[in-house]
Amino acid sequence: MIYDISITALIFFCIFVGLVLGLSFYFGRKKSDSSSYYAAGGQIHWAVNGIAFAGDYLSAASFLGICGMIAIAGFDGFLYAIGFLAGWIVALFLIAEPFKRLGKYTFTDALNAKFNSRAITLSASISTLIISVFYLIPQMVGAGDLVMPLLGLPHWVGVILVGAIVIAIVASAGMASTTYVQFLKGGLLIVLSVILTGYILKNGLSLSPGGKENPYHKFIELTPKIEGDKVTAVTNWNLESQQVVGGKTFVKLNQNGVDRWFYLTEKDGKQTLKETLTIVQKANGEKLYNGETKDKRKFYQVGHLSKIIVNGKEVEKTGAVGPFEFLSTIKESEVVRFLHAKITDGTDQVSLYYPEITSGTKFMLPGLKYKIGTDASLWSKLDFVSLMLALFLGTAALPHILIRYYTVKTPRDARKSTILAIAAIGGFYILTLFIGLGAGVNGVMDVESSNMAAPLLAKAFGAVLFSIISAVAFATVLGTVAGLIVASSGAIAHDFIDIYLKKNLSDDNKVKVGKIAAVIVGVFAILLGMAFKGINVSFLVGWAFAIAASANLPAILFLLFWKRTSSTGISASIVVGIVSSLAIILTSPTMWDKYGLGAENSMHQLENPALISFPLAVLTVYVFSILYPKKDVKVDS
Amino acid sequence: MHVNSTTEEKEIVTRQKSKLGVRLFFVYLICYAGFVALGVFNYELLSTTVFSGLNLAVVYGIGLIVFAVIMGIIYNYYCTKYEDDAERADKLTKEDTNDL
Repeated sequence: MIYDISITALIFFCIFVGLVLGLSFYFGRKKSDSSSYYAAGGQIHWAVNGIAFAGDYLSAASFLGICGMIAIAGFDGFLYAIGFLAGWIVALFLIAEPFKRLGKYTFTDALNAKFNSRAITLSASISTLIISVFYLIPQMVGAGDLVMPLLGLPHWVGVILVGAIVIAIVASAGMASTTYVQFLKGGLLIVLSVILTGYILKNGLSLSPGGKENPYHKFIELTPKIEGDKVTAVTNWNLESQQVVGGKTFVKLNQNGVDRWFYLTEKDGKQTLKETLTIVQKANGEKLYNGETKDKRKFYQVGHLSKIIVNGKEVEKTGAVGPFEFLSTIKESEVVRFLHAKITDGTDQVSLYYPEITSGTKFMLPGLKYKIGTDASLWSKLDFVSLMLALFLGTAALPHILIRYYTVKTPRDARKSTILAIAAIGGFYILTLFIGLGAGVNGVMDVESSNMAAPLLAKAFGAVLFSIISAVAFATVLGTVAGLIVASSGAIAHDFIDIYLKKNLSDDNKVKVGKIAAVIVGVFAILLGMAFKGINVSFLVGWAFAIAASANLPAILFLLFWKRTSSTGISASIVVGIVSSLAIILTSPTMWDKYGLGAENSMHQLENPALISFPLAVLTVYVFSILYPKKDVKVDS
Repeated sequence: MHVNSTTEEKEIVTRQKSKLGVRLFFVYLICYAGFVALGVFNYELLSTTVFSGLNLAVVYGIGLIVFAVIMGIIYNYYCTKYEDDAERADKLTKEDTNDL
């Protein structure tokens, strides 16, 4: 995308970030022993903690990722919302209270409360680190996406900016400050989503979104002369070349010295060439947007309805609609989505985004990303099941979520916090359906990254709303990243160095080591954030959930519900969970694509590992607990 | 509730809560699994319009979210009740005034 710098947005953004930083420094000065660094001293009010829970959980993945995926893949994005929330049921009904009774600061402490085994300490701290890092990647990617339209800066600058600010927050304060940051941000996010949804419904649906001030680009349609399957001529345009990629035909035309690519479609026997959006990377390093240089601004935001049907009649626009009417009208109408294709044209690398008309019926059903209809392959069905399993089981096993159980005084408060969190998050997720669909049909999508759907939609409704939402989204990333870095620095300083290596650190030193660990993890996260640019953040978070579900959940569940669980069983299960899920992820089609080997050549077609790695870890904890029962444990502990 | 000592009482409350939690978990699991199974085995059914022009996928999806919140509230209600009952019983036993 080509973005302008928005001054209003910039001002709000700075105020907000300043507020967040100020708050954390304020709380950071007040408390400095290790119990307040890691667990806010167990003194947070349950309602504050509940909204902070929501703040923790509504990360970039929820706000940016889910809305973005709904905007481009319809209902499939909503699957993430359903699964992310269902995960709380596991957390609340099975884990929350028993865990609160067990633990001290970290996930490792809780797992180890009954055993005091070094093997558990080591494996649990490694799993905390790996899950945190996988959860950090999407946050960083989201941060980079955010600053592009906000500050007009490149992606990597955003990643570094977030990394640096968070390192400053965490290194200065710790958990108490992140709780208040999360509370503030969680609350604001929900309020703003309500406002945004209000705007969407008030605005209704229109064939020409954007209104008069910001008119939607009129995409050119041409009627070509065709012989066989070859385009032979187009009036007023010079025909240059024709290419077929994945069954789609693209035609390169030239007018006034500018090369443009068109997509050949056929409807009722009539062939039409439709304008596409292209980014051409020339061999000499020059980049052309729709055949022209960046400063000509010939690259557009997209996503619209090609047909609106209300009560069986075609209309131009609907005017204000109710929430049900909004959803049902989209279901009856036709959505134009822009899909991506890559082609090589001589020495040029061409990225094409072509319009694909999708019926509303299909858009409002699962299947555009995770193919599960009758014609779907077994792999893609398994992938769908695997994703839903990971989302369901992952939440309760995320270390930075678990850590919040300790920030309130009693199990009763932990429970109330969790329920408030579920209500807040559930309400928010229902709104994501409206925001995502609203972004998909209001001509605001950036074809290069779906992650900006919600903020860009806000931009269409006004600069102030956009700036506030961007600032909150940025704070969202800040807060989540801070929480994750606290969790991982706890794993390194407290679990690994203090307990596993038996360094017996003094309270001061423990905090110091934690802060050094936070800086190292932060730098690592910055590097990964740059590497994974352009991938939908919800998709990336799906991986973190899968690893958490496989590595931690079997261990937790067995510990809580099966008396014969042994420490060997727990540590073996964590190791198997991590290794198997990582192995499947690193050999998945998406990673193969990242390695440059082509997604279709990957070793298997499973994108999400939980379906295999979770049962494997369950089996491991069971078998190893039987093979190496409890009494043997005392020898090695 | 027929209980004699404070420690035993607390254990009973813990057990009651945990039993309730497990039960509610399975109720939700069945509903959630039902959605996934529908997606895999009878995908076409999800496109049926069920309510106010909305298809089953949307209604079921939003339903799962709302249902989670409702179950959370039910769980909290009973857990609080168990705890309060136990506390009250505890007080009564301590004061040695009345039988339960």
